[in-house]
Amino acid sequence: MQIAAFYVLAVLAVSSAIVVLTHRNEVICALALAFNLAAIAGFYFLLGAQFIGFMQIIVYAGAIMVLIVFVIMLLNLGEESYPERGGSIQRWLAPGLSLAFAAVLAVVLWRSGEGDLSAPNVEFGTVGALGRELFTRYFYPFEVISLLLVAAMIGAVLLAKRKL
Amino acid sequence: MDSRSFLVLSAVLFAIGVSTVLLRRGAIVILMGVELMLNAANLAFITFARQYQTPEAQIYVFFVMTLAAAEAAVGLAIVIALFRLRGTTDVDEISVMKW
Repeated sequence: MQIAAFYVLAVLAVSSAIVVLTHRNEVICALALAFNLAAIAGFYFLLGAQFIGFMQIIVYAGAIMVLIVFVIMLLNLGEESYPERGGSIQRWLAPGLSLAFAAVLAVVLWRSGEGDLSAPNVEFGTVGALGRELFTRYFYPFEVISLLLVAAMIGAVLLAKRKL
Repeated sequence: MDSRSFLVLSAVLFAIGVSTVLLRRGAIVILMGVELMLNAANLAFITFARQYQTPEAQIYVFFVMTLAAAEAAVGLAIVIALFRLRGTTDVDEISVMKW
């Protein structure tokens, strides 16, 4: 059952990522990215990380996707212009190099993985377990990250408002 | 379940994100490629968290998600500002900083 769910989600994730890579229409790319993010949330649930899975849906598939779609609508972008000019070396080299990169990464990760995952702890991935860590050991990083969010918010408002 | 299949999948997704950043020319799609890469890294993090049964990696994923939200907000604001300036989001056209 879990294996079947994994393969369905894997096909969904990889195919939607390829749509993001290849489709010319940016709205379709954004839709495919939303599918991809939802599929990855599915992987988190499969692995037992419930809190992170819901965070993924709320923050990524919710907030960030709305932001991206909103900007696409705001700028009223059409399809990317044809034909591709110049940069042909990059066009031919990039797929090959990223394939090689994927192969190396996959081999390295394969070596550090293990065959059968043991059943998760009762507390694994629950809000309680994560919250306890977040407000004890990782208290200062947590506060710093909130500062980062404020800085990003102010920066975004300033950048989008002022005429450059 | 096999943790290696999750890890290989995250490698594949990361490579697709890299190709998106390298091959596409629309600034917004390039940002989407960055999101793909961040998500692939997060998937590997969660897989290792499950493999070693620790909450630490999940905390890092939490931070990465916050970072991604900040990055998307600032990145898209820059795209809007550039669009106002040049009337396009094509990164080949945007060569203001090129000397």
